[in-house]
This record gives sequence, C-alpha cells and structure tokens, in this order.
Amino acid sequence: MREVAIVGVSMIKFGRYPDRDVAQLAAQSGLEALKDGGVQMKDIQALYSGNLYQTSGSGQRILQQMGQTGIPVVNVANACATGSTAFREAYFAIASGAYDIVMAVGSEQMGKQGLLGSRGDPATSLEGRVGSYMMPAVFGMAGMEHMRSYGTQQEHFALASVKNHMHSTQNPLAQYQKESPLDEVLNGRMIAYPNTLLMCCPTGDGAAAAVLCSMDKARQYTTQPIKVAASVLTSDPYTDRGLTLPDINTLTRNAAKIAYEQAGIGPEDLSQVELHDCFATAELLHYENLGLCGDGEAGKHIASGAPWIGNKIPTKYEEDVAPFQDKTYQPKTTAVVNASGGLLSKGHPLGATGVANIAEIVFHLRGQAGGRQVEGSKIGLAHVIGLCSACTINIVQK
Amino acid sequence: MAENATATPEIRPLVPHLTLGETRDKDYLNGSRCTNCNATYVGPRLFCAKCSSAGPFESIRLSGEGEVYVWTIIHQATPYVEAPYVAAIVDLPEGVSVNTNIVGIEPKPENVNFGMKVKMFTEKVSEDREGNSYIAYKFKPIEA
Repeated sequence: MREVAIVGVSMIKFGRYPDRDVAQLAAQSGLEALKDGGVQMKDIQALYSGNLYQTSGSGQRILQQMGQTGIPVVNVANACATGSTAFREAYFAIASGAYDIVMAVGSEQMGKQGLLGSRGDPATSLEGRVGSYMMPAVFGMAGMEHMRSYGTQQEHFALASVKNHMHSTQNPLAQYQKESPLDEVLNGRMIAYPNTLLMCCPTGDGAAAAVLCSMDKARQYTTQPIKVAASVLTSDPYTDRGLTLPDINTLTRNAAKIAYEQAGIGPEDLSQVELHDCFATAELLHYENLGLCGDGEAGKHIASGAPWIGNKIPTKYEEDVAPFQDKTYQPKTTAVVNASGGLLSKGHPLGATGVANIAEIVFHLRGQAGGRQVEGSKIGLAHVIGLCSACTINIVQK
Repeated sequence: MAENATATPEIRPLVPHLTLGETRDKDYLNGSRCTNCNATYVGPRLFCAKCSSAGPFESIRLSGEGEVYVWTIIHQATPYVEAPYVAAIVDLPEGVSVNTNIVGIEPKPENVNFGMKVKMFTEKVSEDREGNSYIAYKFKPIEA
C-alpha cells in the first residue's frame, strides 16, 4: 500500500440553500478543493461521491456541474458515515496504486425536514407506540446508559454543548455561531431526555471535498501535503441488546483500536479530534470509546477543561463548571475536541459531515483555522458514526 | 358475486413479536432461540447474527414482566403520537430486551428508575382505512 496525501480540501458554509440544488453545492466545494490543491479537473482520475438522500447518480450530477471528464464515479451511501466512507474509498484508490489523484465529495440537502421526518403509514407505524426509534431516542438512551453505569449527570453532557457552541463562534463555516452558557442549554426545550434542543445537532444543507494523491506526487501540488495515517471502517458487531438499542460504542472502540495501530500512535499523541457529536450525550461516550479518557471518566474529562481549545475552561464559564469538576482528575490526553464547533454548531448535512470533519483537521494542521486554531496541531482524528451502523475513523497528520 | 372491500376487519398485532390470544389478557411476546449457539432474539428469526447459522430456531414465549434497562422521555414526537411519553428498553428474564413505552406514570425523570419492575399489557393503538385494528404492547410499573 502506498502512502496517501491530502492536497486540497474545502467545506462550504453549512446552512440552508433553498435556491441551489445539491449538485451545485457539491460542485462548489469540489472546485474550491481543486483550487486549494492547485489541481485541474482534468487531472482527477476518479470521483467518490457521498450522498445519502440522492445516492444514485449523485456523483455524475456533480460532474455535470464541475466537469464531465468521463472519469469513473462511485456513489456511496453509508448512513451518517457516508462522506467519510467515500473518503476511505478514495484513500484505497490511491493506496492500492489504481489511481494517482482522485476526489472525494460529500454532500446533502436536507432542507427543514430534519430527523423527525415522516415514519410511514400512521396506522401501522411503531414509532411512539412501541418505544421510539428516532435518533433523539437512541442517543438519549445511550446517554442514560452512561448515567446508569457511572452516575454521569445531565449537566456533564450539557457541557459538550457549551464547549462546542463556544468553539463555533470562531468558525465562519458553521451553520450556527452562537454561544450557549450552561443554564441556557439546560433550560432549553427538552427534545428527548437528557438532551435539550441545544444538545441536538441541526440539520441542513452542505458539502465538503478533498483531493487525495499519492505522497510521492503530492509535492507537485503543495508544500504542505497532509498524510492519511489511518483510514478505518467498522460495522456493529453482535452484542446482547444491540438489535433493540443500537450500540454506538463497540464499533467505535473497534475502529479506534485498528486506527491507532495503523497510524502507530495512541490517543495521547493526538492534537485534536473531530468526533460525531450528533447529540451532546454522544460526545461524552466517544471520549471513552476513542480512549481520550478512561471508562466512566467522560464527565470529569469535559469538566477538567482538557477537550476545550486551550485545554482549559474559559474564565467566564469557570463558575458554571466548578460544581461538576473533580479536582483530583488528571486528564491523560490533551486532544482538543470539536474545535469546529462540532455537529452541534456546524450542522449535520448527512453525506457532507464525514468529509467536512477531515477538512477541518487539515485546516488546523496547516495553521489556517483562524480564531479557533489548535496551536501547533500535528495530528488529528476524525470520527463519524451512522446508525445501523457504520463507524469511520481517519487519522491525518502533518 | 364479486368480492368487495367489505371483508371483515381483522385484529392484527402491530409487531411480529406480539402473539395475539383470544382476548387481550392472553396476548404475549414471542422470541426465538438459536439451537446452535443459544442466542435469543425478540420475534421470529431465520438466521443467526451471532453464529451465522440457520439455527434451527426454537420459538419461545417471553415473560410479561421485566426491568427497565434505560429510558428517555420523548418531548418532540412524530405527529400522530401524544408527547411527552416515556420510551424505554426493558430487559426480560429470557435474556432479551424490547423497545416499549412505559405508561401509567407521569412522564417525568423522577418517576422512572433504572431497574424498575414493569409488567406488559396490550391495547389497540390504531386502525387503518379498511377498518383493521392494530394491537401494541406497553409496560407499566408493578406496584411495590
């Protein structure tokens, strides 16, 4: 397998684009990624297109916008991990030697449908009659499982929302760039206990793209090639309750283990992580799943300040956070988590998310992340999980 | 003598893992056990996700009593469902878990506990355009 480099990335501002179609959004990010890498469309040898709602032909429609060069197109759908799975296919295309330079694009146009869309025939739908199968229920219960096992409090989860919304104020590409102090998060409208409105990610429209190239050719295009040190995909293994309550933990742990081995690093080596905080509860579970802290320590970890930009609780929030701190807790990792503002702020256009997470880390590794820059970032991990269930982890480094 | 749409409406279970009896108090949840590896499932199965065999599967009757494993309170619900309500995962003694609603309590966090003992019952929850009724199971706390 050859070494693979990222030479160009782009993420368009996530939000609502009622006057544009999804191929136009994707083409915009694709053209920006080409420009970022100094690459011509005619150089691209294959396209990997992640889109969940319009899978068939999504990539061909993008090429109808940005250049019908006749290259092979692979359209990918893999739940919330759609974009990152497309990225991984692009990675293998280079690593295997099949191609020298390819593009991965993730895109989605969700409008205002959100995650509470129609669930089929009201007469025969199970939803709300035999439990709930919607994402807010799944991630609410995943958080409750952590509460049950470790005594984690709703406030600990809410701190992920406080942190990520604070980070988002420095990210002009985020759908929302508004701070939310702890009381505002906790007093917000309840969606599915323990997650309030500000603990749930918004849905919307967006696109992100990456140009990947073999490392030996990367220097033709850029003086700062970013190495893909690991690219991993797992599905959910059999677990006792897994068919009733989706298990978002085991497949993430499996992916993390493989990814750290591939990259030859441990979680303590990470400068930063972009992880799948579709709900605030999920963020804390993934601290443990990714090895950023020990099992049961996620609440202490976020309250310690470690995953915040600067590795400390901002002065203005110190008083709010103090009651949930354990002064004896010593964080074993200093990876900043979701410097972008996370899905909670950035939004979650399903197919775009996985590529956008990688683009975000590339911005930091190059020192281009502006006011949210993780100082001296050298290596970052991008994690995505989609239900029924797919988990991707990509580790990228300078 | 054309058949028309006035066929007798049926009473149907909303999910395949609910077996209906003559009367609602005779309804029960069904499961299946892989005779190859002993993995137990809610409802009928043809193949085993744990041992990759075709079983064969033995049908089992699941208990009507169990314990709340985890729960949430859904405030923003799909349009035809009244919110807030308690959605939960209930563990049954056979080693399986079911999705369900917990009713008979006000849907507030202080009223639901991990490990709370609950009992199953069934009731009609909907009717389709042909007049067929659908029966669902729910759980309610067992009075201490």
